[in-house]
Amino acid sequence: MTTKMFGAKVPRVEDQRFLRGQGRYVDDLLTDDPRLLHSAVLRSPHAHARIVDIDVSDVLDVEGVVAVWTYDDLAGAMAEPLPLLIPHPALTHGRTQYALAKDEVNYVGEAIAFVVAVDRYVAEDAVSRIRVAYEQLTPVVGIAAARAATSAVHDDVPDNVGARMEQENGDARAAIARAPHTLTLELDVERSACTPMEGRGTVARWDPDTSRLTVWSSTQTSTGVRGCVAAKLGLDLAKVDVVTPDVGGGFGVKINHPWPEELLVPLAAMTLGKPVKFTEDRREHFISSAHERAQQHHVEVGFDDDGRVLGLNVEFWHDHGAYTPYGLIVPIITSTQLLGPYKPQNYRVAFESLYTNTVIVTPYRGAGRPQGCFVMERTMDAIAAYLGKDRTEVRSTNFIQPDEFPYEHGLVFQDGRELTYDSGDYPASLAKLKALVGWDEFEDFRAEMAAQGRRVGIGLACYVEGTGVGPYEGAHVHVETSGKVKVATGLTTQGQGHQTAFAQIVADTLGVRFEDVEITTGDTRKMPYAVGTFASRAAVMSGSAIHLAALRAKEKALRIAAEALEASEDDLEIADGVVSVRGTDASIDLGTIAVLSNPLRYAFDEASKAATQFSVGDPGKPPVAEDDEPGLEGKDFYSPPRSTFANGMHAVIVETDPDTAEIRILKYAVVHDCGHLINPMIVEGQIHGGVAQGVGGALYERMAYDESGQLLNASFMDFLMPYATEVPTSIDIDHLETPSPLNPLGIKGAGEAGVIPSAAVFAAAIEDAEGFPITSMPISPSELFELRLAHTDEPHPTTTPTTAG
Amino acid sequence: MKPAPFAYLRPSSLEEALAALAGEQGAKVLAGGQSLVPLLNMRLAAPSMLIDINALPDLGHVRVAEDGVRVGALARHAEVLASSEAERAQPLLGMALRHVAHPTIRNRGTTVGSIVHADAAAEMPMVLRLLDGSVDVASVRGRRTIPAAELFAGPLESTLAHDEVAVEAFFPGLAPDAGVAFQEIARRHGDYALVGVAAHVETDGDAVTRASLGFVSVSDVPVVVDVTHALGDPAAKALAELDPADDIHASAAYRAHLVKVLAPRVLAAATDHARSRAGEATQP
Amino acid sequence: MTTEQLHDVRLHVNGSVHEVQVPARRLLSDALRHDCGLTGTHVGCEHGVCGACTVLVDGAPMRSCLMLAVSAVDAEITTVEGLTEDDGSLSPVQQAFSDCHGLQCGFCTPGFLTTITAGLRETPDPTEDEAREMIAGNLCRCTGYQNIVKSVLRAAEIEHERSDA
Repeated sequence: MTTKMFGAKVPRVEDQRFLRGQGRYVDDLLTDDPRLLHSAVLRSPHAHARIVDIDVSDVLDVEGVVAVWTYDDLAGAMAEPLPLLIPHPALTHGRTQYALAKDEVNYVGEAIAFVVAVDRYVAEDAVSRIRVAYEQLTPVVGIAAARAATSAVHDDVPDNVGARMEQENGDARAAIARAPHTLTLELDVERSACTPMEGRGTVARWDPDTSRLTVWSSTQTSTGVRGCVAAKLGLDLAKVDVVTPDVGGGFGVKINHPWPEELLVPLAAMTLGKPVKFTEDRREHFISSAHERAQQHHVEVGFDDDGRVLGLNVEFWHDHGAYTPYGLIVPIITSTQLLGPYKPQNYRVAFESLYTNTVIVTPYRGAGRPQGCFVMERTMDAIAAYLGKDRTEVRSTNFIQPDEFPYEHGLVFQDGRELTYDSGDYPASLAKLKALVGWDEFEDFRAEMAAQGRRVGIGLACYVEGTGVGPYEGAHVHVETSGKVKVATGLTTQGQGHQTAFAQIVADTLGVRFEDVEITTGDTRKMPYAVGTFASRAAVMSGSAIHLAALRAKEKALRIAAEALEASEDDLEIADGVVSVRGTDASIDLGTIAVLSNPLRYAFDEASKAATQFSVGDPGKPPVAEDDEPGLEGKDFYSPPRSTFANGMHAVIVETDPDTAEIRILKYAVVHDCGHLINPMIVEGQIHGGVAQGVGGALYERMAYDESGQLLNASFMDFLMPYATEVPTSIDIDHLETPSPLNPLGIKGAGEAGVIPSAAVFAAAIEDAEGFPITSMPISPSELFELRLAHTDEPHPTTTPTTAG
Repeated sequence: MKPAPFAYLRPSSLEEALAALAGEQGAKVLAGGQSLVPLLNMRLAAPSMLIDINALPDLGHVRVAEDGVRVGALARHAEVLASSEAERAQPLLGMALRHVAHPTIRNRGTTVGSIVHADAAAEMPMVLRLLDGSVDVASVRGRRTIPAAELFAGPLESTLAHDEVAVEAFFPGLAPDAGVAFQEIARRHGDYALVGVAAHVETDGDAVTRASLGFVSVSDVPVVVDVTHALGDPAAKALAELDPADDIHASAAYRAHLVKVLAPRVLAAATDHARSRAGEATQP
Repeated sequence: MTTEQLHDVRLHVNGSVHEVQVPARRLLSDALRHDCGLTGTHVGCEHGVCGACTVLVDGAPMRSCLMLAVSAVDAEITTVEGLTEDDGSLSPVQQAFSDCHGLQCGFCTPGFLTTITAGLRETPDPTEDEAREMIAGNLCRCTGYQNIVKSVLRAAEIEHERSDA
């Protein structure tokens, strides 16, 4: 019997090409095609301005420049605004930009003109020769300015409010009014961004011989890009292929589409009859892709003597930047996932989604959950501090219990479905976390460190993450006559190891050797029905679809084998690609079954002779039965009723330098529950990456806009992504496996989890070390220093009795 | 992020390089390029010509003599750092070079290039200034030596004339009864310092006869403050001459605070260093 | 605008000579990728911070985005494509990354591989701290570096295993 692959730490098959320098990312494609042209974009230097005139007359003089486009050169659907991808009734004032700015620019970095030239150097030369006359308008930068609304981002959007939305379960305000204790909190999170190591990029080739357009894009959704390109360029969908090659990281930003360049590159390729490439550079990625995270929250909470939340009322303001292509997904997730593993008796949330003259906001790993988790966990810590209770005790009091699943929150989630948790065991997770981080021993450690003049603090944070949102994914499994298994699923891959994890599923389900399975993702030629890779959905959605498709292939294989072996299907088993009759030595391999599955007229090789018309089949019946198809294939789709909810808890011990206010991480612990693990090595890798990204978001990274809307740190010099020296030296991980009842494999998503509790857990630990509230994240040593100055009159923290222990 | 076009010359003799530099007003010298090329890529600098001195002979030296360390224009930071002789002659070189960016940058970047780039957030201009070193420059008009005290004109601006090439930096050696120390606080390992402080202390027996501090990132040009008569509170004396500023990484107040934290620490470390060296020197 | 002058440049890469014609401003990273067809070297920031473009220049890791191709004429350059063993098998560093899951999207990986290859020549038996220091100038957004540090230590082990064999 084959070793079970599901659950094993199988080394990744994709590593071979990456390690040899043979990965193929968008900018690597067509490099040997002498006809390939390159592009550059003129971007707005102003955050808010009217375009008075664009003069491109100097550009075509530049040797090597092929063409330049401005808005006036666009026609038809290309001259319409970019699509608003996810409309929502509450998004009453949704706005999207044009592929090239029409009359007005609303953020520094907005595309104005598109130049195609023989290489990127020349294209940049040309861009620098375009002259634009602007009439400056007042920029609106930051949530405070947007709320004040003394100026408008869009003239026709009153008060800069794109959407107002409210949900309530019970009567939160009445419950708070009746509660024995109440607290109010004001909380802030600043902007950050995904910043994958590879920026955006698109290559397109128009084949005039077949009237066919091929687009390669560094995207998280090839089918989404395909739909947009076809619609915008007026092409039949069947004429457009979108292929996602290797992608150098996504983390959310590449789910937004179409980017202006994703349309302009194919347009240029069709117009010029030559392949065209756009490769975003690092500065462009900062000012013209997308950001996330910025929110301000006002929290009112009422609770009893045990810390049980009786009513929670949250109002928040979400900065969505200059346009709303991705709808309200981020704030809706914040508003619902804020609840975490808890069950406030009454909950009301209301938010405004606001325009600012800054880069657009679309989901970044965690997608609104880090902010929600920060708000809820800060609230839990505040309740514990107020009551003088251990922070874990207050959380336990509010947990949904294992016997309460499925748990209905009485709210609507980001996918338009009821917010209903499927499974989890939060008390068990907390017990594991306390043991892992040494929660109960911390006061001894604190005392020991204090004796050395050192200041330490501990924090924890819990989250629940809706993963695997619909609507669906599909898979196609094809067993070739060689016995090799080719599998296609439509969503894309940005480093998650899908070629390995999905092959593990196929190997087990179909009963074939792992090495014989090859997975293709993100290629609309292979699987045109797909949604995309986001919301920690790939394993749940495509993993389940692949499992179902492999089952179909297996059913067919057994049916054909039963006929060939003259045995009952019930007596057959498949292992290592061979079907055998239990208890006998009668067997047939899948390759031969594949041959038999496809009645042939022509023998193209030795094996195929077995399927030709004088070899097989009942001459009295059609070669392919009425309810059958040729080929050994299986195709299926997975479409769950709702999301499955993973959860986890993090704890961190930090040391804050009493002199320099530097913040050091002494210990980081993670308890994670994403149901059954397909490949624990990959899952842990995802957690490591999430934690590091969370450290960045909590302690280092922010988007530093000045009042005029210039992004002051649009480089890796000044946007402080952590190096190896800034992340914890080890991350202790423990798993709990509470299977999801919603899918056949019992799995839940894992991709985003690591980053969700970071702001919350660091704020808690720093607060514990310092003894004053931390209400705004990220936090730098300089800011901690300023906070210390503001709190110098208060008693010293290390003796505060209301924290851990 | 690609450079604008420029003419390129890769001379094989210094004379050829100097003649070309004198003949082209918009020319710039390319040595390690670790500061210049990012500026080119971002098109914040667009010289008409680059004169690549990497093929010039005899400029890659790290030469140690009795009076100090002479570093040629093509000596990479890594090569200076690797010289144990240089480290012995002037320990501050190694102490500071370990904080210059990351090793990969130090493999290409030159110490002399960093000095004439005149960035007050960089370590090596400050080190040269604190040690009262100098830079030898050459042009078609001849050679001259610029003392460090006269080298820095303003933010990212040295007193080299356009036609001059820095060919060598001289770091005086450390006297037997003197000591040095360096510490900096940066956001990330390898980043420019939020504040960096170096100390140079001379002693006579137990007495400190001269003490000065050099500062990184708290002024427009490398600043050295004589604290010989302010040993009790060197930071107060220093802050009177410094001009810490707000930026996106730290407030001016925080920078001033770090000066207060680091100045006495570094001064004490340099004093200890001096005493231990003096002790070693007097041992038989 | 006048025609930009092209320079004939002989680049010595991975033991082969590449004769290319490039303008003076062509970055070494672009020359390797687009003129030599060695797309394993990646470009992540073009200002010398991320390290994805790191190649070995006469054995020392350097940022190819901060060098001009015309300035690299006298050097022997090694890219990620040149790290594999003569028989095509993975080098110890490459193998260690596979063993330890030291990569996810693979974009930053070439810069880590070249940097560590040189680092282990200088420090063949690194401590965990030295391993971390060795990779401290390279950015990775996927792995959180945990498994890259492990890969450095594992690579040192493999080097020893292979030299003992």
